Amino acid sequence: MIKTILATDCGSTTTKAILIEKINNEYRLTYRGEAPTTVEAPFEDVTKGVLNAVMEIEELSNRQILNDETIITPQKGEIGVDIYISTSSAGGGLQMMVAGVVKSMTGESAERAALGAGSIVMDVLASNDGRKPHEKITRIRQLRPDMILLSGGIDGGTTKHVVELAEILAAANPQPRLGQEYKLPVIYAGNKKATSDIKKTLGDLTDLDVTENIRPVLEKENLKPSRDKIHDLFMEHVMQQAPGYRKLMSWTDAPIMPTPGAVGALIEMVAEKESISVVGVDIGGATTDIFSVFQSQFNRTVSANLGMSYSICNVLAEASLENVLRWVPFDIDEKELINRIGNKMIRPTTVPQSLEELVIEQAIAREALRLSFIQHKEFAVNLKGVQKERTISDAFEQSDSGQSLVNMMELDLIVGSGGVLSHAPRREQSAKMLIDSFLPEGITSLAVDSIFMMPQLGVMANIENNELAEQARKAALEVFEKDCLIRLGTCIAPVGKFEGRDAILKAKLEFNDGKEKEISLDSGQLVFIDADFQEIDITLTPSKGVDVGAGANEVIHTKIYGGQVGIIFDCRGRPLKISDEINDRISDLKNWSNALNEYTSLEV
Amino acid sequence: MAHSYTPGLKVLKNTEILKERRLPLKGQVESKIGDIVKPDDIVANTDLPGNVQMINVANQLNIDAGDIEDYMIKDSGESIKKNDLMAETKGIFGFFKSSVFSPVDGTVESISTVTGQVVLREAPIPVEIDAYIEGQIDAVISEEGVVVKANGVFIQGIFGIGGESRGKIKSIVDNRDSVITKDMITSESKGKIIVGGSFISLDAYKKAIACEVAGVVVGGFNYYDLEDVLGYTLGVAITGSEDIVTSLIVTEGYGKIQMGQQTFDLLTSHNGRLASINGATQIRAGVIRPEIIIPTTDSTNQSEGAKKTLGIVEGSLVRVIRSPNFGQIGKVKELPSELRKMESETMVRIAIIEIDENLFEIPRSNLEVVETD
Repeated sequence: MIKTILATDCGSTTTKAILIEKINNEYRLTYRGEAPTTVEAPFEDVTKGVLNAVMEIEELSNRQILNDETIITPQKGEIGVDIYISTSSAGGGLQMMVAGVVKSMTGESAERAALGAGSIVMDVLASNDGRKPHEKITRIRQLRPDMILLSGGIDGGTTKHVVELAEILAAANPQPRLGQEYKLPVIYAGNKKATSDIKKTLGDLTDLDVTENIRPVLEKENLKPSRDKIHDLFMEHVMQQAPGYRKLMSWTDAPIMPTPGAVGALIEMVAEKESISVVGVDIGGATTDIFSVFQSQFNRTVSANLGMSYSICNVLAEASLENVLRWVPFDIDEKELINRIGNKMIRPTTVPQSLEELVIEQAIAREALRLSFIQHKEFAVNLKGVQKERTISDAFEQSDSGQSLVNMMELDLIVGSGGVLSHAPRREQSAKMLIDSFLPEGITSLAVDSIFMMPQLGVMANIENNELAEQARKAALEVFEKDCLIRLGTCIAPVGKFEGRDAILKAKLEFNDGKEKEISLDSGQLVFIDADFQEIDITLTPSKGVDVGAGANEVIHTKIYGGQVGIIFDCRGRPLKISDEINDRISDLKNWSNALNEYTSLEV
Repeated sequence: MAHSYTPGLKVLKNTEILKERRLPLKGQVESKIGDIVKPDDIVANTDLPGNVQMINVANQLNIDAGDIEDYMIKDSGESIKKNDLMAETKGIFGFFKSSVFSPVDGTVESISTVTGQVVLREAPIPVEIDAYIEGQIDAVISEEGVVVKANGVFIQGIFGIGGESRGKIKSIVDNRDSVITKDMITSESKGKIIVGGSFISLDAYKKAIACEVAGVVVGGFNYYDLEDVLGYTLGVAITGSEDIVTSLIVTEGYGKIQMGQQTFDLLTSHNGRLASINGATQIRAGVIRPEIIIPTTDSTNQSEGAKKTLGIVEGSLVRVIRSPNFGQIGKVKELPSELRKMESETMVRIAIIEIDENLFEIPRSNLEVVETD
């Protein structure tokens, strides 16, 4: 039986360790520690940072885990731990380039496989991407990826195009980013008829691995074999080159996973277990990762240059100053604001000291999240290129392949993580940032990851060793529910054409202490009801043309949950319209902010 | 004594400087340990593989890819000149031939019987690495490069654009508050590294470029003016590869901010000396800051500052790096251990700083130690 689990996540700046113990027959997070990551000079050994983080746990827990600079496993008496696992995104994470024949078909499938495995996709090469062969070759040489995934063609189809792509790769003769001594790993997951030609073209130049076709027929995507192969090669090649990882790999009881791959695995598992649709977001300094599960289909996107410090100026450039200012409830000199944002980029570790700085930072976060989610919605789509048999009724619907899977009315849970969401001074701020940027519709639960332990829990949930798998999975889910998630509450957002109308929605809430509350909501209002994390019976009666999840005019009787914030009724409409007139905008923003008790001094 | 680790920018009067000069691919090292080098001396060189051209010969000749070898005039490995005949069909009785000519000088690298593509590789591209600074070869990295050692001034800026450059230091302002204006820059500054005070305007910087000034070192510049210089919005602070005659090094940040006293004094005291600068900045893991190196012959009284980074202690000189009080320099009076609530309600560890005889509570993460020797 597993009694203790030690898990670390080696990030690019910090290595975080958590200790999970079985207490009273349930798994709980008991201690956590952190230390600077030591992949780069002067240390150049990732295990030093791991040991420092674990030492912090030893001190806090008064428990011996280390012996002579190694982790003691399995547990003997009260010494050591039963399982040690780790994730890693240090050294820039896993950086891949993918290639497919048609950009929107095999190119996109390859991108989905690479992103799902937790990598950063540096570029998607395709026969029809509009670039000339020499431009593609120059690009491959410049990027120096850790690994390349090559796909293209359905099984038995034409081989010419995919072999052409292989010839381009061969001509570029790409060198791996880390280590000059080894050959670049290339995974071939395309038309199996082309395998021998691909081997002939790339076999000597690269470390070629062949796996099942990612798109064996147009109607089916087969991502798992490629994802698994990426994980294997990440361990075998890329990690072997990173300083200290060989040693770290010898300590762990399960393969080291790329951090985002582990988070994705956990979100997929939660969605499957609860049969719900989930959106998870991790907004970091450089990038924003979005994970989603809709209709049991998992998708992940990385918005590489939408982050809160290193790439904060890019958020400003992509969103425009005008859109950032939509969320700022005071007048400010625009040029000074631009310089301030620039200064945050070049000094990324600073924190907002004044309220004004905090409000501006959270305004930028809203735009970073909004833009990342737009990118996610464009990527998380049905398979493109699938031929459908149409009936006469379909002709009226105009439904096509390539439609987004993201359906906000269907969405059950949004989980936010990353400094600006997890460490906002008030939880109300996190909740409001999530609502403003994702614009949930109908009934949606909101949560934040308290200390970003989703990566470690993701690896735990994926241990393949049969003896340990079941208990580790159970532990991951228990800790996720009890210690990882901070439940903020529920957002109820009616949709429909109700602008300017009163009494668009009536709600009756019955709390578990027997108390009842009835409210009537007008268009444009943001209303907050204080409620702890408890089951609440709710009856929602929309007025004519208004939909809260069951269709226009349909009454809903269901159960919702409160949380550290409570229940938020968002009757501002979808899409959310913010006035262009500065005084109206400031007045609306202040009213909405005050309704939620979002900031101190803005309260009227 | 309370202590906090807050890395800062280096402003060192006399330190040992080691610069690794490495080739992008393996090649030949031209220097040996102990050689005295000037900034322009070539220390290593190599040839990068030439550019590649791919020509679909089968399509152009309208033949099956599998038959391509029958029509090729040039074989794999053969060299070829621009406009040389590369492949040709036999035609009918010698007429109506289709031909493919080489678009470049190079060699035939491969001929594909699957796709009908022919890969031509152009001549290798020579790459040379210079010493960058005046100094002595301290180590040779076999087939890859060298490490150059020098003693002297080492100053880091916060942000820069443009790559490596060199020139004599020319101070063009009287004090660190002064702004560099357009009229201060003349053709006399050509090839020099000019030092300013708190700010350089876009107009003045453009004039510096027009006058072929080697570099500008100044306290501040407007972030929004960068777009005008670069031709694109700088979204992520990764720079150094810009094709600009005049490298720019900003020592304090965006906006008008007086240059740190130590930085200003050190630069102006070396007026007329040869300096090497690099605007390359990378603010991510593996941070790279722009730098100014002024080699001197003095190897005595060297500071230890470059070797070990001290954190903040009571008495440390620090720079405030976020609003309010942004850009001001003060002295640490106290480092309370407990968390304090800021106006933003963020709970942080703070330092109490004296600035112009007034005390301020500032989050430690908003402070940067000014490393001096």
